[in-house]
Amino acid sequence: MIQTDYKNDVLTVYLNGEIDHNRAANLRTTIDSRINSLRPRRLELDFSKVSFMDSSGIGLIMGRYRAVGLVGGELKIKNIPENLSRIIELSGVTSLGVL
Amino acid sequence: MNVVNEMHLNFPSKSINESFARSAVSAFVMELDPTIGELADIKTAVSEAVTNCIVHGYRREIGTVYIDAKITEDKLVIIKIRDKGVGIEDVKEAMQPLFTTAKDEERAGLGFAVMQSFMDSVKVHSVPEKGTSVTLTKKIVPLR
Ligand SMILES: Nc1ncnc2c1ncn2[C@@H]1O[C@H](COP(=O)(O)OP(=O)(O)OP(=O)(O)O)[C@@H](O)[C@H]1O
Ligand SMILES: [Mg+2]
Repeated sequence: MIQTDYKNDVLTVYLNGEIDHNRAANLRTTIDSRINSLRPRRLELDFSKVSFMDSSGIGLIMGRYRAVGLVGGELKIKNIPENLSRIIELSGVTSLGVL
Repeated sequence: MNVVNEMHLNFPSKSINESFARSAVSAFVMELDPTIGELADIKTAVSEAVTNCIVHGYRREIGTVYIDAKITEDKLVIIKIRDKGVGIEDVKEAMQPLFTTAKDEERAGLGFAVMQSFMDSVKVHSVPEKGTSVTLTKKIVPLR
């Protein structure tokens, strides 16, 4: 389960726990159904409660970048914990201007 | 190279086992007193290799994933993760960052790049239609 919040045209998703391949499909479905029903101007993925993430999480970020782009919105990722900073850097998602 | 401990783990290629596999390997290396960072690196690399067996190696079926881990006298951790799945035609190409054969499943093509960046060495051996084995090694640096 994840918490989401919608205010002033901004959809915030509070991710938590371990993000791997096993969990990614569910997260994708949940987030995309919110994106498609709310059509937010901005999607914010909050990583403060995420304890582990592998490249499946990078795929999740890239996929939501596209999904929110399709409804005319932009993606921001925030509160990246110290232990995830290396994988985020290595992935190059920062070059998309999402930070 | 003196092996002081080892463990072997087999499990079906179900995605629920990804977290089990990385936690089991992480528990195994605890005796070396790794830093939180070293442990996180190992967990992430194991998760990448195991996920690859599940999503690529056994793409068409459920098969067995094999993990063989060793600890040597000089604090080297050697983890071999293999499947008897479809194998890889061109390993060099597969290891290029961003290369993926599963773009429509939202794969980033970064698994091997992550393994290489988080471990000291990554060796891949693969035979098409026979399977793939990935050997990850990392030296645990003793705290001074
Ligand atoms: N165990 C395996 N069996 C068969 N093919 C594999 C295996 N591991 C990797 N591959 C091949 O190598 C490619 C690259 O793997 P890599 O882990 O770098 O990226 P990915 O799995 O496609 O994406 P990501 O890991 O970012 O989710 C895969 O797309 C797949 O074609
Ligand atoms: Mg992968």
